[in-house]
Parts: sequence; C-alpha cells; structure tokens
Amino acid sequence: MNDSPASADRWARGPRRRQSRISGVLLVEPLIEWTIALCGWSAILLVAAIFFFVFREAAPVLFGGLDLREFFTSPNWIPDSDVRPQYGILALLIGTISVTGLAMLMAVPLGLGAAVYLSEFCDSRVRETLKVVIELLAAIPSIVWGFIGYMMIGPVLIHLTGAAVGVNLLNGGIILALMSVPVIVSVGEDALKAVPDSYREAALALGASRWETVYRVLFPAAKNGLLAAVLLGVGRAIGETMAVLMATGHAVQIPTSLLDPIRTLTATVAAELGDVVAGGTHYRVLFVIGLVLFAISFAVNITADLAVKGVGGDRNG
Amino acid sequence: MVVCGKAAGVVLAHWKACALGLLVPVVGGLATFGAARHGPAVSTTREHAVIRVEGSDTMVNLAQAWAEIYNAEHRQVSVQVLGGGSGVGIASLIDGNCDLANSSRRINDDEAARVQAARGVRPVELVVGYDALAVFVHPSNPIETLTLDQLAAIYDWDGRLTQWSQLDNGHWRDGQDAIIRIGRQAGCGTYAYFRETVLGRGHDFKLGSVDQSGSKAVVTLVSRTPNAIGYSGMGYATSEVKTVRVVASSGTPRATPTSMRAGPTPTSTGAGVTPTSTRGGDDSHPITRPLLIYTAGEPVGPLRDFVEWIVSADGQAVVRELGYVPRGEHE
Repeated sequence: MNDSPASADRWARGPRRRQSRISGVLLVEPLIEWTIALCGWSAILLVAAIFFFVFREAAPVLFGGLDLREFFTSPNWIPDSDVRPQYGILALLIGTISVTGLAMLMAVPLGLGAAVYLSEFCDSRVRETLKVVIELLAAIPSIVWGFIGYMMIGPVLIHLTGAAVGVNLLNGGIILALMSVPVIVSVGEDALKAVPDSYREAALALGASRWETVYRVLFPAAKNGLLAAVLLGVGRAIGETMAVLMATGHAVQIPTSLLDPIRTLTATVAAELGDVVAGGTHYRVLFVIGLVLFAISFAVNITADLAVKGVGGDRNG
Repeated sequence: MVVCGKAAGVVLAHWKACALGLLVPVVGGLATFGAARHGPAVSTTREHAVIRVEGSDTMVNLAQAWAEIYNAEHRQVSVQVLGGGSGVGIASLIDGNCDLANSSRRINDDEAARVQAARGVRPVELVVGYDALAVFVHPSNPIETLTLDQLAAIYDWDGRLTQWSQLDNGHWRDGQDAIIRIGRQAGCGTYAYFRETVLGRGHDFKLGSVDQSGSKAVVTLVSRTPNAIGYSGMGYATSEVKTVRVVASSGTPRATPTSMRAGPTPTSTGAGVTPTSTRGGDDSHPITRPLLIYTAGEPVGPLRDFVEWIVSADGQAVVRELGYVPRGEHE
C-alpha cells in the first residue's frame, strides 16, 4: 500500500524492461493457450479420425451386401467358407457379454470391498503399500494375463473341475476380473474419499458402527462415483483383447456352461485381421464388428459419465 | 510405428496374429490411407542390397535360417525376415513393402489381381519345399492311428465323431470323453490347407473348435488338455504331445494332392506313417502341402540370386535341416 522510496525508485527505472516483458507475454501467452487448446482438441480429433477410418472400411458392406439381420441373429461365424460365407456375430456377442458379466460378478464385490477397506478401514501405511501394489496390478500387460490364464489357470481348472478344456468362459472371466479390479478400486476409493468427513462424524455421533457408516452413509453418498467405477471396470473388460483371446479358448459357440470355451468380438478381430484379404468382404465385416464395439464402449462410457454427473440430481459422488 | 508393430510380429511369431491384429486396425488403416510408402522393389545402394522377406508363420523359422546363412555368405546383401502370416506377406507384396512373400497357401485370384494392379506385374510363384501337417493328441490318449475319414468326421460341419469313446472304448470315463477340437484361426494357411485336404473342397469346419493363433499354441494347448486333438506343421511336434499316424481310409496313405505342382510321390504302401520320419527323406505322409514364395514379377538382381540360392542344394539343405521336405527333383 505504502510504496517505499526504494520501490518507487524501482518503478521509475522499470518501464522499458516491463514494456519488453509485456510484449513478450503478449506473444507467448496466446501461443501457450493455443497449444493447450490444440492438445485438448486433438483428442476429439483423434477419436473422430479413428471412427472415420473404421467406418470408411466398414461402409461398403454395411450399406450393401451385409445382411444385418443375419449379422446380429445368426450364431454361424464362417467368414471364409467355400460354400457360403456366413457372418453371424450372435455367438461372439454372447461370448463378449457373458465373459464380461462373469468378470463383473467377481470383480465388483472384490473391487468395491478393497476400495472400502483402503478408504475407511486401514491405516495410512498399509494403504500406501496396497495402493502401490494395486497400481502394479494395473500395469501388468494383457498378454501376461493371457499367458497366466493359458498356462496356469487352464490346467488348474481341468484339475479342479474336470472341465474338458482349461481355456474357457470361467478362465476368461477370472482373468478379466483380475484386470478390472484395479480400475474399480482406484476410482471407487476416490469416490469414497470425496465424501466429506462431516458425514462420517455425523454418523459416528449418531452411534453408527463403522460398517453401518459405510453401508448406510458412504455408499448412498458416493453411489454415483461407485457406479462410475463399476462401469469403467466394465469398459476395461469389454475392450480387452489379448488376454481373452488366449484365456477364453476362442471357440465360436453359445456357451451352455461356465466351462465352455467361448469367443469374443475383440478377439475375433485381432485373430483374423492379419490373415484376411485387405478390402475383401471378410475384412470389411471385421471393421463392422469394430463399429459394434465402438457403439458398446460409447454406451458404457456415456452411462459412466452420466453416473458421475448424477442423473438423479445427487450432487455428491 | 509400423516397423515396431512388425518387429513385434516377428518376436511373437507364435502369437503373431494377435500382435499384428492389435496394431493393424489403427496402423494399417492409417497406412493404407497415406499411400506413399511404396519403395523400390529391392533397395540397392552401390554396395549394399536389402531384401525384405515377409509372410507365413509356418515358414518364418525357415526364412530366418536362410537369411542367416545367406547374410553370412553374402556380405553385400542383407535379408530381413518378418512373420505375420501368409495373408500378411501377400498384402505386403501388393503394397510393395516386401520383396519376397512366404506363403503356406496358394495366392488366390483376388490377391493375384491386386498384385497385378498395384505393382504392374503378375506374382511369380515358386515351390521351395513341402510341409506335412501333423495331427496331435495328448500323450495319455490311447489313440495311435486315425483315418482321414475319421479326422473329417471329427472336424467337419456334419461330422458325427464328438466323443473319444466312439473311437476307442475302455480308456474313457462316461461323460469325460468329449473330443476337444483345437484348430487355427480362419484364413491362415494351415487352416485352409487342412480344410481342403481333410474335409475336402466345399466343406466347412464344425463351429466350436478352440481356435489358436499359432502352430506352437496348438501344440502347447494339446499338451495341456487330455481330451484335445489338434493339427499343425510337423516341425512343431514336441515330446509333450503324441503325433497320431494318419492313414487313408483303405489303410494306405493317401497320395499327395494333385493340385501340387511338383511334389514328392508317396513311396510307402504300408499302414500310416508318422510324419516325424520325413526328416530322413521319407515323404509319404498323406497331408503334405507346398511351401511357396512369391515375388512381384520375375525376380532380378540380388533378389534373383537369393531365390536361386534358396532352390540350390545349399538352400534346400536348410529345408531338410528344419524338418521340412525339400522340393522334388522335377520342377
């Protein structure tokens, strides 16, 4: 407020230097802003470009030649038949849905349980250790997961269940569950941490036990965030390719038991795209499958997004 | 990025379809869009030529061995080998990204037309050896011999053989004898060849087989699955699986398919022959297919020298060494 003589003196000597600095800022500031904006927009641009490329490859059969009713309702995936190629993805779609569903049955209780433990029950030293380990779990490459399913879980399943083949729906489900747990834990823990401490204090003041606090207060308060955690886990599982290719057995059939080998949409694209004639019908149908996967993950992500924002008007989450 | 993807394909040759499959949707899509990747057929500087070989998963070990020996003998030439699959190699030949495409199946008309359209010359085919398909079961399986008809009845769309007890009673417990068919992914050379030879033209595989992305994966899975049956090139046989003798239904080995241009003729008239014996020059296994290389037009310069070396005694010695059958004398 009261400029000392010294600072007045500095001001007096300042103008030229300040002038140049301001003009520098005038130049640099917009440049940085534009660069940052470009980074932001590039994400949107990339998604649009990827969608465009996939769509462009799929379009010729999508608008001519592909029987969409057969595509969605036939379980016969015989893309390179000499007799009559059939492009029915029903078995693949059911494969994707069943293995994802099974994985979520295992991963959601495990993931949310771990999130609750990390956020509410364990002391900070244990928490830091556990978080590092869980992050490490997320960093394991999917081919390693696939390898574990193929080489280790498979023979164990044959031994324990008497299954005819070890790479099957259950094997894929276990692997996918292990892969989605880290996502569910970290997002779920963030959601629980976001609940203000005043809620916990109020619950304790009313005489609630810790479990009652979690169950009656924290879960309802954090439900949007927890739902988002689950949906992100679902997205992780649906999009997974390498691990399910190796662990599910990759067999075109509608499963009738947990121990049947299955095949997913992603694995089909991965396994067959390398061998198809580029530009042929089979090639283009694989890109149509890409569009179906696009639609599925889009739906899951939008639902997760809406869950976070809270469709029901619940602001805490 | 493209180079990285392909290198990964080589390193993970057995999982090649998977590795490439992950990259192809994005990389391949982008690459075909920006079409300016065509290079000269063989890039030659004054003293150094690079020959790019790409294709069949079955032949990748063979091509690597050729490349190593040839590189050692010809310092001025460097042969680079990539796996990826027969279809991948031919696609690269079309795009001008390789000079020599390895293939364990014949190029189809569509692909040949695309080579003509893109490169201005027709693809030239050369048989460089033969591979026998071997049929594997788990070592605990009592089955020793299968006829081609039985194999077809196991794998064919209308096939009736679904339980091992239909073939051999005694060993199997009730309800525990389902035949687990292990196969390859649609479109790969081994898959197409098995279908043509065992099922016959105009037949499809029965759905529900456990399809693997590499020959080695088939063998590994059979070795871990007591009820399994699988097929792959005989070079992949290990001591962890039992190689079944395959015989024609009459009890004599089936002649090699007539579609073969030049092939070893069956010499044995006995019962089945286990394909591992082919190493010694006995080439009577009923399911034998040619290993092919394709160039865009007649090869010239360093590429011609390399191709001529492959079919020479030196190159063919490598074929024999890796457990395949050298090409016949009459080509």
